[in-house]
Amino acid sequence: VIRFPHFPPDATKVRLDRPLKHGSPLLGCRFDPYGRFLFTSGQDRTLQRFDLLTGAKTGFVGHASWVRGMAFVPQADEVTEQAAIQAGMLGFAGGWGAALAPPKALPFTVVSGDYHGKLIWWAGEADEPKPVRQVEAHNGWVRAVAASPDGRVIASCGNDGLVKLWSAANGAPVRTLTGHGCHVYNLAFHPGGDRLVSADLKGVVKDWDWRSGKLVRELDAKALHKYDAGFMADIGGARGLTFAADGSRLACCGITNVSNAFAGVGNPLVITFDWAAGKPVPLTPKEGFQGTAWGVAIHPLGLVIAGGGGSGYAIWFWWGSAAASIHALAVPASARDLALHPAGDRFAVAGADGNAYLYVLPPRG
Amino acid sequence: MQTCSYACHSADHDLSRRGFLASAALGAFGVLGVGPLGRANAAGDLAKSGKRVLIIYLGGGVSQLESWDPKPGTDTGGPFRAIPTSVPGTHISELLPHTAKQMHRLALIRGINTAEDEHNRASNLILTGRRPEPAIEYPQLGAVMARLLDSDKQTLPGHMHITPGGGSGFGKQDATFLGPRFASVTLGDGKPPADLARPGGLTSAADLEREALRKKLNARFAKSRRSAATDAYTESFDQAERVSKRADIFDVTAEDPKLADRYGRHDFGRHMLLARRLLEAGVSCVRVTHANYDTHHENFDFHIEQLGEFDRPFAAFFDDLADRGMLDSTLVICLSEFGRTPGINHLYGRDHWSKAWSIAMGGCGIKGGAVIGKTNANGTAVVDREVNAGHLFHTYLSAVGLNGTKNFHPNDRPVTIADPTAATIKEVLA
Repeated sequence: VIRFPHFPPDATKVRLDRPLKHGSPLLGCRFDPYGRFLFTSGQDRTLQRFDLLTGAKTGFVGHASWVRGMAFVPQADEVTEQAAIQAGMLGFAGGWGAALAPPKALPFTVVSGDYHGKLIWWAGEADEPKPVRQVEAHNGWVRAVAASPDGRVIASCGNDGLVKLWSAANGAPVRTLTGHGCHVYNLAFHPGGDRLVSADLKGVVKDWDWRSGKLVRELDAKALHKYDAGFMADIGGARGLTFAADGSRLACCGITNVSNAFAGVGNPLVITFDWAAGKPVPLTPKEGFQGTAWGVAIHPLGLVIAGGGGSGYAIWFWWGSAAASIHALAVPASARDLALHPAGDRFAVAGADGNAYLYVLPPRG
Repeated sequence: MQTCSYACHSADHDLSRRGFLASAALGAFGVLGVGPLGRANAAGDLAKSGKRVLIIYLGGGVSQLESWDPKPGTDTGGPFRAIPTSVPGTHISELLPHTAKQMHRLALIRGINTAEDEHNRASNLILTGRRPEPAIEYPQLGAVMARLLDSDKQTLPGHMHITPGGGSGFGKQDATFLGPRFASVTLGDGKPPADLARPGGLTSAADLEREALRKKLNARFAKSRRSAATDAYTESFDQAERVSKRADIFDVTAEDPKLADRYGRHDFGRHMLLARRLLEAGVSCVRVTHANYDTHHENFDFHIEQLGEFDRPFAAFFDDLADRGMLDSTLVICLSEFGRTPGINHLYGRDHWSKAWSIAMGGCGIKGGAVIGKTNANGTAVVDREVNAGHLFHTYLSAVGLNGTKNFHPNDRPVTIADPTAATIKEVLA
């Protein structure tokens, strides 16, 4: 288990480090397991890999539709992984000297899922990445992909209402989890390794013993859904979903209090769950904001961070279980996703303007 | 009236029912100066042909990119595929798999430029085929069709509008100078207006007596003070009488359950099945509104949901008509007030776009499989065979054997049935 960082972050000192420019509106963003790269997905149907050490950008071309789900399987051992993250922190802190050749990237696998229902496996560190394996996984959109903590299983979910498990090694189907009955928007493995949660359009969060396929319990995030009778359509879903690194908390986010679904009139909402008790705790922006929280992360030391867009573009921060945000930061574009670096000292958002934005999260004091 | 609730809340969107009722009867004739006794003496040689029209109105503005004119793989195309159809070479959005199998019965008009991006004005434009003029209010397509296609023998009002919800009733102003007889009867959620049946405590004889008195008083009043309002009032009673006598027609449970399954066991499926029953019973023009498509936010999720509901009943309707031998005599038009922007906004939405959009039509008089007009690679502009609402209006009329260049004569003034600056899209006619 990664134990970075050692000092609590100070949300009020968050600052923009740099934009990572692409040009096509972005949909998702994730750091690789070693923290060297930021991966983004865009409306141009590509993934982009930004090397945070060198600034190099590499396209992953192969999907025929949009991608939002990305999962990573490290191929190095844990000791090497920790060292790599340390190196990434150093490189980030000082910038990588032009005279110094960057270290060779450690190997890892990326699995991405698109809105045509396809999963693609890639060698994440490859100089010229090409699809390694393609699996027709879902009927309709793949909305999220996750890797089990041991790296052996990939989970995907989508608009066919299914959660599917796959062998990370060869893409073979392992198991299908049924029961949502509507679009499944997101999923995440518990860091302990035995459980998987999936969350749907209607805010039902299912907690699975994924090895047996048995449903353990359901958690209530229904505040993230509404049937808007005026527009005769459902609105909502868990747009972001994540566990704390120690597995003690789960967070999901989206939109609530919807008064006009088709204009996105509602308020961002993060719901956290104490994993043991399963009780929902709503977190809302302190200042009024109209829109959706698209991405959420839980810092290892307890800070909850969410990004979104609507009437403006913002990132919000919460400490512990306090309902009101302690700080909000305007960002340059609608934050369609948010990812926390494994070192815990920075995070990124995927901008609807075609740029990812990398932010520094300094420690207190 | 069930207006479509629009996402953008523009000032003109929400016409209140109260305001509407207050103005309905008075507004129908006033602008033209036709006066209450004006007569719309339509070209008398237009045949009463037994033809009929269904208008499916996708309220709020369906995205042409997610329906009839997909642009996959472009910066505007969104995430969906284009799928092949029963017409080789013609592709539509993957959100319409059942409709794709009916494409040999459908024609697409892909080069529409109506240059009007506000809901109510755009709706009026597409339904009347004309831009507003200060001296006249033009009747909507349904009223025109009813006026020209109604037979003397029909037992139901000739123009009905099935809305997704809201109340049912009479007194719409969509027929303007054609007169209230051709105004639509609103069927909120497919239900006939309430309280039409004779109360249980009232005998048939007493009811007839009461009605005779009402007519006598009405006639006396009309001798000296007849007005548009009194005509509309009188007509609403006549329409109510006709509807109440055919109350059975609104009961879709009388249909074969297997057929109902094919239409879909949801509101829109039920509404489309009712539309077929009404057309079969002799109603000249039925409009079914399906809502809502005003997707400024989450355009793609909402089009999955809305078109997922639309697709099966729409396709089932064509099969049903064909099975009953009605397809050749029924014109089916699927339209919106406009399309949606090729550009995708930061909320994953598409906004209003009238410069390059599409409609579909099929059945009576239409060349199945035809695709008329073309937009550029990412759908931002029409590049071939641009048409406007006037062209479409002429074409609908031509498809059912009518001539839009002929005249109505409200207040003895000739008014062409369709916009004289436009013409029929002849390539789409069978």
